[in-house]
Amino acid sequence: MSTITDTAGNTNEHDHHDDHHHGAPKGIMRWLLTTNHKDIGTLYLWFAFIMFLVGGAMAMVIRAELFQPGLQIVDPNFFNQMTTVHGLIMVFGAVMPAFTGLANWLVPMMIGAPDMALPRMNNWSFWILPFAFLILLASLFMEGGGPSFGWTFYAPLSTTYSSDSTALFVFSVHIMGISSIMGAINVIVTIINMRAPGMTLMKMPMFVWTWLITAFLLIAVMPVLAAAVTMVLTDKYFGTDFFNAAGGGDPVMFQHIFWFFGHPEVYIMILPAFGIISHIIPTFSRKKLFGYASMVYATASIALLSFVVWAHHMFTTGMPVGAELFFMVATMLISVPTGVKVFNWVATMWQGSMTFEIPMLFAISFIVLFTIGGLSGLMLAITPVDFQYHDTYFVVAHFHYVLVTGAVFSIMAAVYYWLPKWTGKMFDIRLAKWHFWCSLVSVNVLFFPMHFVGLAGMPRRIPDYALQFADFNQWISIGGFAFGLSQLIFLALVIKACRKQGEPVTDQVWDGAEGLEWEIPSPAPYHTFDTPPVVR
Amino acid sequence: MEQTQYEKYYVPEQSWWPIVGAVALFLIAVGAGLTVIEISNDESGFSKYILFGGLAILLVMIIGWFRDQINESMSGLYSAQLGRSYRQGMAWFIFSEVMFFAGFFGALFYARVISIPWLGGASNNAMTNEVLWPTFEAVWPLLSTPGGTETQAMGWFGLPLINTLILVVSSVTLHFAHVGVEQNKRQQIVVWLAITIGLGLIFLALQGYEYYYAYDTLGLTLQSGVYGNTFFLLTGFHGLHVTLGAIILIVLFGRILKGHFTPDEHFAFQAGSWYWHFVDVVWLMLFFFVYIL
Repeated sequence: MSTITDTAGNTNEHDHHDDHHHGAPKGIMRWLLTTNHKDIGTLYLWFAFIMFLVGGAMAMVIRAELFQPGLQIVDPNFFNQMTTVHGLIMVFGAVMPAFTGLANWLVPMMIGAPDMALPRMNNWSFWILPFAFLILLASLFMEGGGPSFGWTFYAPLSTTYSSDSTALFVFSVHIMGISSIMGAINVIVTIINMRAPGMTLMKMPMFVWTWLITAFLLIAVMPVLAAAVTMVLTDKYFGTDFFNAAGGGDPVMFQHIFWFFGHPEVYIMILPAFGIISHIIPTFSRKKLFGYASMVYATASIALLSFVVWAHHMFTTGMPVGAELFFMVATMLISVPTGVKVFNWVATMWQGSMTFEIPMLFAISFIVLFTIGGLSGLMLAITPVDFQYHDTYFVVAHFHYVLVTGAVFSIMAAVYYWLPKWTGKMFDIRLAKWHFWCSLVSVNVLFFPMHFVGLAGMPRRIPDYALQFADFNQWISIGGFAFGLSQLIFLALVIKACRKQGEPVTDQVWDGAEGLEWEIPSPAPYHTFDTPPVVR
Repeated sequence: MEQTQYEKYYVPEQSWWPIVGAVALFLIAVGAGLTVIEISNDESGFSKYILFGGLAILLVMIIGWFRDQINESMSGLYSAQLGRSYRQGMAWFIFSEVMFFAGFFGALFYARVISIPWLGGASNNAMTNEVLWPTFEAVWPLLSTPGGTETQAMGWFGLPLINTLILVVSSVTLHFAHVGVEQNKRQQIVVWLAITIGLGLIFLALQGYEYYYAYDTLGLTLQSGVYGNTFFLLTGFHGLHVTLGAIILIVLFGRILKGHFTPDEHFAFQAGSWYWHFVDVVWLMLFFFVYIL
């Protein structure tokens, strides 16, 4: 697709910063003070993985409680805190930082930039994140408990009826938002301003394109989340009535503001996944991506449509019929560009010389399972039937198919795909196969039966359920425990890879991989490009 | 493009400031959260000192970080590409601020167009009105809430109009100062920038007086139902932004006196100027939607 010509040749004598070429500094200070995009990418990815395990442990508590009907292990208030913090951690602590970590590692290498555009701010936007989650997790141990109103923190659950510690929740969300906005500004400026000569917009790799659009969404909606939590704070502590009808406000207004943030947010968590899959499928099909331009336009369409569909989360709040119809139709429109993407991936594989290495296994299961999640999303978009499905386990099944077998599988695919480039060594393929097959089977045992209990009317976020749901819930819990354990295989594999165990790999790593990042050495040098490569 | 091909990339050194700033934000969040909780429980604790400590560290961080930036910039380390990165970064930051205000304007519009008419029985909500507050009258400004809180409205004529004129004029005077930077006319910069800062401070003082007048004479408070809520949060956050903008302009003034900025390189001045114009535009929106309509 593109070749590098190094223009560095005669410019080294003007180099004011020889120390940049000495590789990574040593010790803990390297990580605390770093301005290096690869270091910061690694920090983001490890943080996301740790948070994934913490949030996963909370899911284990939920599934243990739901193993049998009746209240078994935890009291309902603690159960509510587990569902709430599980959601917050997985969204803001696992999936989003993992994608930001991948962007840090990959975007500069893919566009021929030496680093991110604003490297010190990059460090700041990472290091405030662990503090934000420290606050959130610490609030669980306060008197009255932590947040227990669901990750969507609907008023009045988060205002009138929430625990004392809600102020800490509010400020920790503010820090997460600041982190995301700074990270997004960095990505967007890097992509717009730091591309190597010849890297025109329509030559950019799909991962870069999807992240450019994701970053725009982040800057547009994270501030709206900040406004929403601020109003929750003043409603709860300072006597305002934004979400209280007695003062002329409306609790439903909270849902409108929240979902104006929340719906673009779910695309923030899936667009980079689309980019990743658009890299892996062509590599292991040994064909160019089918319909590159249509992929770009489809991504942009999805992003723009995401601003006008938010109220499909609120069909049962008593909106006028005209609004219900508008949001139904707008939501269903999104299936068109999404369908274009799935079509293009399948068309890329069509008549390709396919091989099934680990990243490809994850990518193909992404396409199949994400599409299942997309189809259940279409069902939920139909207003009249949503009245039946709303707040049932069918919704839980839907968004876990798009977020776990969608976003999380794509992140794992990305890690397997680029890990050899990062470490210079092939990961342990035997462990990886175990990880893939255990995850694939258990994740479906975990989430597929949720469709059935949901359609049969089992409500979400309740620690108890009617007896007829017992068998399915036991299966779901067993699948959940198995999926959780399977991730420990991944942990072992990543630790091994970070200790640089394994066979050395070539620069290209995968037969058929194309792009600037595969033309630099493996492992990628600490500083990639001193002067811009020329892309032809 | 021929030029940029051979331009050296600038990657900054390791820096302590980001991690210091992270600790500062941590202390601010913990301190602010616990302080709010203590106030609502009528307790007095030591949490506010955590907050003050965090703010102090943040101040040190900002001063130190900016000092490093200025020194690096003045010693000619930066490239034209980095200048573009800064400008784009600032533009996107202002866009994020626009969206933050959009959240509160959204609440204002929703309350006025939807929630208050519905409480009065509009659309298909006749029974909402009948069952909840049958005597409630849907009007804006909402001077009498369904719950019974009474207040008086803030008019647009008089002080708010004067404040509007002050901010609009300050945007123009700042533009004159900016032109001065571009033409390297130091005297012109100093005079116009000083006038701009003065106008900004007068605006803040008048805004303070308006708040006093609202609380003391009109009985319009933060707790006066959704009218008071939107009034104080929108004007309050705007006031905070004017305060920040004024501080930025004062720092720029100090740098001008030290002879900084050239017609070609004055990113900090440009950024501060953009920010001031931005808070000006927000005020015009505020004046129109909060005061007049």
